[in-house]
Amino acid sequence: MANSFGNKLKPETLAEIEKIIPRYPQKRSALMPVLQAIQDDQRVISNDAIEWVVEKLDLQPINVLEVVSFFPNYRQKPIGKCWVRVCRTLSCALHGAYKVVDILEKELGCKMGTTSEDGSITLEYAECLAACGTGPGALIDEDLFENLKPDDLGPVIAEIKKRAAGGVPTPTKG
Amino acid sequence: MAAKETRILLKHADDPNYSTSIDSYLAVGGYKMLEQAVTMKPELIRAEVKAAGLRGRGGAGFPCGVKWDLVDRKSGKPIYLICNCDESEPGTFKDRQLVHKDPHQLIEGIMISAYANNVALAFIYIREEMPKGARILRQAIEEARAKGYVGENICGSGYSCDIIVHRGAGAYICGEETGLIESLEGKRAYPRIKPPYFPAVLGLYNCPTIVNNVETLCNVVHICRMGSVEYAKIGRPNNTGTRIWCVSGHVQRPGYYEVAGITMGELLYDLCGGPLPGRKFKAIVPGGGSMKILRYDERFKGKNPDGSEYEYGVDDIPLDFDGVAAAGSMSGSAGMMVMDDSVDIMEALANLVGFYSHESCGQCTPCREGSLWAKKITWRMCRGDAREQDLDTLVSMAGNIGGRTVCPMGFSTTWPVQSYVGKFREEIEAKVRENKVGMRGDIRLIEK
Repeated sequence: MANSFGNKLKPETLAEIEKIIPRYPQKRSALMPVLQAIQDDQRVISNDAIEWVVEKLDLQPINVLEVVSFFPNYRQKPIGKCWVRVCRTLSCALHGAYKVVDILEKELGCKMGTTSEDGSITLEYAECLAACGTGPGALIDEDLFENLKPDDLGPVIAEIKKRAAGGVPTPTKG
Repeated sequence: MAAKETRILLKHADDPNYSTSIDSYLAVGGYKMLEQAVTMKPELIRAEVKAAGLRGRGGAGFPCGVKWDLVDRKSGKPIYLICNCDESEPGTFKDRQLVHKDPHQLIEGIMISAYANNVALAFIYIREEMPKGARILRQAIEEARAKGYVGENICGSGYSCDIIVHRGAGAYICGEETGLIESLEGKRAYPRIKPPYFPAVLGLYNCPTIVNNVETLCNVVHICRMGSVEYAKIGRPNNTGTRIWCVSGHVQRPGYYEVAGITMGELLYDLCGGPLPGRKFKAIVPGGGSMKILRYDERFKGKNPDGSEYEYGVDDIPLDFDGVAAAGSMSGSAGMMVMDDSVDIMEALANLVGFYSHESCGQCTPCREGSLWAKKITWRMCRGDAREQDLDTLVSMAGNIGGRTVCPMGFSTTWPVQSYVGKFREEIEAKVRENKVGMRGDIRLIEK
């Protein structure tokens, strides 16, 4: 019996999922894009979602759970309205990434590696974002912010607060 | 005379009048090579790529033409092509430029390579942290499809091939080709053991599969345009074509530089402007975080054609695969991280070991446990909590990871530990002896 999780998804997400699956030579290959579409829609991959995907792709629960639990960017806890990922790897660290993090933690009132209590901001470390020449860098939702100077973070902090106060950001397609 | 860039792949990338639209690409002669390629015999294109001496730009430098030769064409199974755009090696950001600024060049390279290898379906595996790149690529593919360059009956030739953009989800190990394939099959990205799982024979869905890096595939377009003979004149023999070097860290002008036939010193001084004011270069990681570090004052020995020896320094290292290898490291993914005398080398090592312990996929015990153990040791050394035997334990343990695992990622802990400790032993021993927190507190490289 199909669970009702599909009803929670936006019609365009469902349409996208239906379009993705037949493109792959094997159904199971569509697992990652289907999970991504669900997470973009719901900001979390819930147990209901996992069960729904199991049926959708004719898999066993473990097939889905092992992938969700393996990849760091699939989340079983909801992501905040604004998702901030600051690169901590060497090139960014050499230009003060950890100082940037200290300031963000303080100004945003959100501890590194957590989501704020009101669910508005998720602040995390990222491992190398492949933008090393313009570090420190941070991925804020879908946007890459570069050259974050510890003494000039005002605009970035304002942007994060704006997004955190607003609605859920427009998700990526697929 | 100051060294200059040789921009071929990045020729249009930073032109303010150039965009990611197909019209921009067509206006500079784009897709002409694909139109020509589909009228040729596939084996002729393969022979050209091989003759050009193109080596893989992802890290290992394996000759692309040889990789294509290894493909099992008699199995009767479909052949797949995967473009590896999981760019995750610390210090590397070249594929980001190629994808975000000139996506059609990549798509043309993929389509020519697909045609040359009778591929019916191609994939671009792009890391999750490049959502805009994925969107740009999807848009570009639809534009190319509308003009008959992707999809059914390409350029009226009767040949058909589609491209699927597949996003990762934050795992470094997906840059390893067999881990990538597992992930594309919808599984955990545990690398497969070779033999028997050489992708050329048993790749995606156990079918013959080619996995090439973004930059490698972009080069194919230019080999077709220039011909293998002209292409092979760029750079040195066995190191043909340009390479996009990514320079980050302590130089005046960090960035990406497409060059050929220059030295490391020319890159560091002429193009990157040398060290920051009042600072001195201390160490260079030449080809991405997992590669062995070079001390800036290190001296190397070379051999003249007559057999006599000569000495040279870091600035004289020829900036290509063989040049960096002769200096005892690897050009890898060409992600060069530069550190000056303000850096505490132990903290730099601890930072990178932190990366590799986070990114170990966990399949093989030596890498899963060893990288984490190395993190614990290096981090407590930086936090003033070192134990007397730590340094010896670290070195001997790290030596037991690389080569004892399914994939080469074990070396990503082994090589940094061995080379940083080997080349900066005095500094590290002094730090362990003092055993204080933050000896050079101005730039902190790990968490408090």
